[in-house]
Amino acid sequence: MGLEFVGLQSINGPLVVLDHVPKVSNEEMVTLTLQDGTSRLGRVVQIEGERAVIQVFEGTSGLSMTNTRVRLAGHPMQIPLSREVLGRVFNGSGKPIDGLGEVYAEKFEDINGAPINPVSRVYPRNYISTGISSIDCLMTLIRGQKLPIFSGSGMQHNKLAAQIVKQAGIAGGDGSDNFGIVFAAMGVKNDVADYFRRQFEQAGVMDRVVMFLNLSNDPIIERILTPKCALTAAEYLAFEHDMHILVVMTDITAYCEALREFSSSKGEIPGRKGYPGYLYSDLASLYERAGIVQGHDGSVTQIPILTMPNDDITHPVPDLTGYITEGQIVLDRNLDQMGVYPPVSVLPSLSRLMKDGIGEGYTRVDHADVANQLFASYASVQDARSLASVIGEEELSEMDRKYIEYGKLFEALFINQGFDENRSIEQTLALGWKLLSVLPKSALDRIDNKYIEQYYDPAGAKSLSGAQ
Amino acid sequence: MNNNVIYSINGPVVTVKGTRDFSMLEMVYVGHRRLMGEVISMNDERTTIQVYENTTSLSPGEPVYPTGAPICATLGPGMLENIFDGIERPLSDIRREAGAFVPAGMNIPSLDAERLWDVTVTVKAGDKLAPGQIYATCPETPLITHKVMVPPNLSGTVVRAAENGQYRVNDTVVTLRDARGAEHELTLCQRWPIRDARPVSKRLPISMPLITGQRIVDTMFPIAKGGTAAIPGGFGTGKTMTQHQLAKWCDADIIIYIGCGERGNEMTQVLEEFGELIDPKSGQKLTARTVLIANTSNMPVAAREASIYTGVTIAEYYRDMGYHVAIMADSTSRWAEALREISGRLEEMPAEEGFPAYLPSRISQFYERAGYMQALCGEYGSVTIIGAVSPQGADFSEPVTQNTKRFVRCFWALDKSLAYARHYPAINWISSYSEYLEDLSKWFIDNVGHKFLLYRQEISNILTEESKLMEIVKLIGEDVLPDDQRLTLEMARVVRVGFLQQNAFHADDTFVPLKKQMLMMRCILHLYRRANALVQMGVPLAQILATGLCDKLIKMKYDIPNNRYDLFDTYYQDIDRALTKIGGNV
Repeated sequence: MGLEFVGLQSINGPLVVLDHVPKVSNEEMVTLTLQDGTSRLGRVVQIEGERAVIQVFEGTSGLSMTNTRVRLAGHPMQIPLSREVLGRVFNGSGKPIDGLGEVYAEKFEDINGAPINPVSRVYPRNYISTGISSIDCLMTLIRGQKLPIFSGSGMQHNKLAAQIVKQAGIAGGDGSDNFGIVFAAMGVKNDVADYFRRQFEQAGVMDRVVMFLNLSNDPIIERILTPKCALTAAEYLAFEHDMHILVVMTDITAYCEALREFSSSKGEIPGRKGYPGYLYSDLASLYERAGIVQGHDGSVTQIPILTMPNDDITHPVPDLTGYITEGQIVLDRNLDQMGVYPPVSVLPSLSRLMKDGIGEGYTRVDHADVANQLFASYASVQDARSLASVIGEEELSEMDRKYIEYGKLFEALFINQGFDENRSIEQTLALGWKLLSVLPKSALDRIDNKYIEQYYDPAGAKSLSGAQ
Repeated sequence: MNNNVIYSINGPVVTVKGTRDFSMLEMVYVGHRRLMGEVISMNDERTTIQVYENTTSLSPGEPVYPTGAPICATLGPGMLENIFDGIERPLSDIRREAGAFVPAGMNIPSLDAERLWDVTVTVKAGDKLAPGQIYATCPETPLITHKVMVPPNLSGTVVRAAENGQYRVNDTVVTLRDARGAEHELTLCQRWPIRDARPVSKRLPISMPLITGQRIVDTMFPIAKGGTAAIPGGFGTGKTMTQHQLAKWCDADIIIYIGCGERGNEMTQVLEEFGELIDPKSGQKLTARTVLIANTSNMPVAAREASIYTGVTIAEYYRDMGYHVAIMADSTSRWAEALREISGRLEEMPAEEGFPAYLPSRISQFYERAGYMQALCGEYGSVTIIGAVSPQGADFSEPVTQNTKRFVRCFWALDKSLAYARHYPAINWISSYSEYLEDLSKWFIDNVGHKFLLYRQEISNILTEESKLMEIVKLIGEDVLPDDQRLTLEMARVVRVGFLQQNAFHADDTFVPLKKQMLMMRCILHLYRRANALVQMGVPLAQILATGLCDKLIKMKYDIPNNRYDLFDTYYQDIDRALTKIGGNV
């Protein structure tokens, strides 16, 4: 039973100050009851003697200085969890909003979590087949990885994420039932949340999805809690119930903006572009909650989606994200405009865990070489193109013209694929070899000679050009 | 009665009101759970403490306990093969006590107090011991003999010395009486404040390279034992891969690998990989010479700030025994950000980009702890610091990169476009530099060959020439260049792909001895000279390229094993035969 206080000292944006609180602890949960009897949740963020600064999740509008009653909960923010959260929909602070009543809690968990001990981690090695050539071959997704999608407004990141969820082996392709999806929406439009719900329904996995929704018109403070609640649920399902959980979080940029708004209302010293100096640590406390832990069969794999403001990859949000996550899938507006789906910009995209999860015993022995060669050759395409834009394509050397052709085919046939097209890794690699065979053998300097002998496929290359 | 109680809490920063019981940089325990903290500022009114652990659930009114000493590292046998967090708590012991997650308030001794060591005591009663003198030794791992030293601030006469035998780290092996007659019990371990450099008898000039087996490092931009280097690069450019390669192959006796604010999975990878890999020189596992410090990005930020100092203190301790130690700090930017975060909480006036004004002085203090030294006991040892820098937005003009550049002498700039083309190590040869070349030239001439530096310069000239020519090629295409310039471009390609690019996953190519590096350069330059002579005589370049010699040289890094230097002769003969044939036709 907590103490109750009447009246507030001051209200400033989402923050209220409460004075003469003798016993309060850092990060403690509070309930504020308004004059009209409705209540809101809040959290203690700063304490100065008997003054406590409280962050109100649902916003402070309608709060009065005199008639608000504040009750301290005596513990930090927790959410109730049980296996029954699967199939449920919550708001950003973990309250059910699907009208099915409260969750009957098996356990209460602190939403801040605790860092995973590096000694207890298992290095992720199991590759997830997404059926998308560009991802499977060039930036392979590994179970337990955090692999964000860097996109921009108006591009098809949601469609890509939905396709990954639909086709990934994680979603029960192998018939097992120990998978789940945690979906966290932060400041996204209602349509987007709806789109994902429809996709989950079509894929027939709705009863395996936990949704945490904070839409763009919901309070921003709640947005800061949304991913924390979602990841707490994901960790619980993965490490208590040994499930393989895929967490889709969208949109991280909106989350960071909420953090900035909150930080400036607290009067903190801003860092780059007004974002708080602790943005890196804060993002890390989300992303690092992906992984596999010794002694448990479950895993947490994250696909955060972020929209790069003005398509700028050096903006603090994508920049700091890239430093924490294990690679990134970057989408490109030019490809998108050319009608290529998924518009994956191959060169800046990367999967850091790929090298240990592919090759013999995982995919195929030549996978790493093929991927490297596709990258390297596509980099040469860019050089040839920039030269062609200056001197014209006719003036190019024969080799450069080959590269231009390779580039065209690569984009049209390898990167581009249908939303319902699920390519196996064998198909993807065979396609890769056909494309590489457009180039002469001597240009394949990243591939071991014995694989060139085995797989080089000039006939296949011809058939590709024909198909074009 | 303890009157020191918490007054305010703001993130990891806690203040205590109206007390004079603390001293600056003293280590304290905060709250009932005894979280570790450090005093960072004080005045009449308030004492400010940064807490190294998560402050959730801490309340005002909880006690703060002084310890009377600054934050110290415990130094003794058992550090190697171990993994610690930023404040030297052993992570595997934490796992044993607390499971897979790291909770707050774990007070576990740094070194295993129960493990027995085979100690040889090297002094006897009546001996006079100076500061830093060795009084006992024990094998710590199959590779490293741990030498137990008198703490640098103590000297005196041995009153009692224990017999040789098995002892635990906290057992007394020697009792020492100092000049004032006070007796000190010396165990196998000692404590040292992490923010102070350990004293040495003198700093020596740089004279030996740290051999890494990476061609672009050893040949183009060498680093010295006792030197400092920075590896700046945006994300995905291979900072961590480069650091792993250096940690695996460099010829230091001991590696301290600091994962400062980086990914948890990366540290797991280091743990796994180093536990399996066998060091070719000693035949032992790499972990036998490695201390890991892991303070991942989601672990408390104040401990991240301390992790760099903990690492360098352990390095200095092994240096004092006469070992060559290399520190890999990945990444110093995260450490600087931790400084910024704490500075922000203290509401200090920010300088550039929100970083505190004392950032440059902190960076220089850190890098200055590197050096080639004569230790107090008379042995020679060195600390080499290799720090990764993660510039925001891959922009090298940001404060951490710029300030680091001022205090290191070796700069390996990683390049995004090289990384995109999967050219690893993605060290850009135009913007990188090493100031050690001159200091080390004598060593290279004496130990590798008198032409080594000459070859290096010629290779470097080809690359510089290429970058000039590329400006033109970008505008008008390669075909219009005269043949001699096109030859330069072709040879630059051989140098880039065949020499600078190195495959970390290839059994032979992952580590290349200096001798082979030199022979490779010689072979490339031989082809260049012969081909150039032909071009001057008017032989068309296409005819020379048709021999396929360039592609043969590009693959020689794979085709010539590291122990078959004789094969280079056949390459020479092939070049001569093929080119003489063409020349004969003119």
